[in-house]
Amino acid sequence: MASSFKNCMLCCSSKVTEDMAEESYEEAIAGLTKLLSEKANLQEAAAVRIRQITAELAGSTAESDGFDAVDRIKTGFTHFKKSKFETNPDLFGQLAKGQSPKFLVFACSDSRVCPSHILNFQPGEAFVVRNIASMVPPFDTTKYSGTGAAIEYAILHLKVENIVVIGHSCCGGIKGLMSIPTDGTLSSEFIENWVKICTPAKAKVQLGFTDLSFEDKCTNCEKEAVNVSLGNLLTYPFVREAVINKQLFIRGAHYNFVSGDFELWNLDFNISPSLVV
Amino acid sequence: MESALSGSSSVSYSLFSSSSQQPHRSFFKTSHIFEFKLRTRKMEHTHLKLATPVNCSHPGLTQEVEKNKMNVVIETEMRQDLFEEIKHRFLSFKRNTYMKNFEHFQRLSDAQSPKFLVISCADSRVCPSNVLGFQPGEAFLVRNIANLVVPFEKGPSETQAALQFSVNTLEVENIFIIGHSCCGGIRALMSMQDEKPSCFITNWVINGKTAKIRTKAAASNLNFDQQCRHCEKESLDNSLLNLLTYPWIEEKVKKGSLAIHGGYYDFVDGTFEKWTLDYEASCVKEDTRRLAVKNREFWS
Repeated sequence: MASSFKNCMLCCSSKVTEDMAEESYEEAIAGLTKLLSEKANLQEAAAVRIRQITAELAGSTAESDGFDAVDRIKTGFTHFKKSKFETNPDLFGQLAKGQSPKFLVFACSDSRVCPSHILNFQPGEAFVVRNIASMVPPFDTTKYSGTGAAIEYAILHLKVENIVVIGHSCCGGIKGLMSIPTDGTLSSEFIENWVKICTPAKAKVQLGFTDLSFEDKCTNCEKEAVNVSLGNLLTYPFVREAVINKQLFIRGAHYNFVSGDFELWNLDFNISPSLVV
Repeated sequence: MESALSGSSSVSYSLFSSSSQQPHRSFFKTSHIFEFKLRTRKMEHTHLKLATPVNCSHPGLTQEVEKNKMNVVIETEMRQDLFEEIKHRFLSFKRNTYMKNFEHFQRLSDAQSPKFLVISCADSRVCPSNVLGFQPGEAFLVRNIANLVVPFEKGPSETQAALQFSVNTLEVENIFIIGHSCCGGIRALMSMQDEKPSCFITNWVINGKTAKIRTKAAASNLNFDQQCRHCEKESLDNSLLNLLTYPWIEEKVKKGSLAIHGGYYDFVDGTFEKWTLDYEASCVKEDTRRLAVKNREFWS
């Protein structure tokens, strides 16, 4: 009831403002035409400004295309607060004191693959890093401090027991990696610089699957890239140590949203006899 | 926990591993990383399909898993159960969401056109899909420690790559950076003694140094917890301004085709604060650096 009344108010007021806008628009245009007919030398400057205004308005209509970003967020939060936060005081009371997630998850930034959706992670369950193509770069304290910080925090401070790296179908990042020309020239400043972390996966796919189509190569590369990331995880001393001590298990996964499948696999790490030099 | 998991264990595991005999090709087979020899076996390679009806409802598992973590020495057996649970959750998603909205998911699989790029913290308590109810396809998400955006000049990194892809290729219309209460990353930043990074975490959070300096200047009379809270918001504003150091972002914001928002989720009292960057009144230049905001809202 209250909301329909509010809508009604909005309708009325918007009609009024519309009329007012129309009137002042006519006036403004008339004023501008008059000015330009008197001072022709201003025409060029006016043209530039009009183009600018047109672009700005085009931008704001794209925004208002029946979609209000802030409204969307507000509705989402209100729903969460009513249906989750207020109905689970025990859980949220506990979480307010600290987190103790079981998982560290690497997933792609892609809008279609949020682990909270596909694996129904609830607040507190998974520490989640999301980047292009869910890649884990090798140990490098300066170049890759962002990912390193997340791993360090999750393993040393939160003591998570599982790391899962999740790749997915139709991954734009992997496609980008597979499209880098053989001479190595990069066409985008940042994207290719990031995805080339998984170049070993690309190399393997190109050697092993020469007869496949580009799409199929990409699919294979999506999974091999996960394996490269799992290997890179072991370049972090604290990860390696936790894996040896069986305090930490790492797994790879691939979510295919075209067929709706989820694949999960383990790597089995064995310590080889130490090399005597 | 016990009962929930015994329910799931009645599903024969082999049903889900029909492809497990196929040798998994991996470059690890022969690689040596440090003292490790990696051997890939599809030890429990699980290919999840919906062919088998399974009981997927395990309400309340979250809390039980939490409690469990405190008390029990985790053994491999239990870990298997944890992934059994994950399997059931996926199957539940597939049945209740994916199959029921099949056409929507098919359309989505052709292309994504999210309205938002969201940058939030990796913290397990603040997933934007949970807190703001984003649905598949709605938000391109970057999650890193303390939701930091480093300036353009810093050079390539994962966040830059995601910014470039979402803004230039996907043409999102909104960038939304979300900070939160009790942020461990900001706490680490505020606790650093000599500003000399000594580990990955400090190496990363030092990117928010400006926010720390501003906090120390504005809130030195407050206690440490309050200072951290102040810094959480300062750091957010710092990241919002850093977005404007990317020429292709500034250009779009100037044109009005891209809006930049900040958000702060307080999970202690369940409130959310949101504001929008006012481009006209903001300035990114080193000496006159200033963030102006508009449309501040508070939801409680």
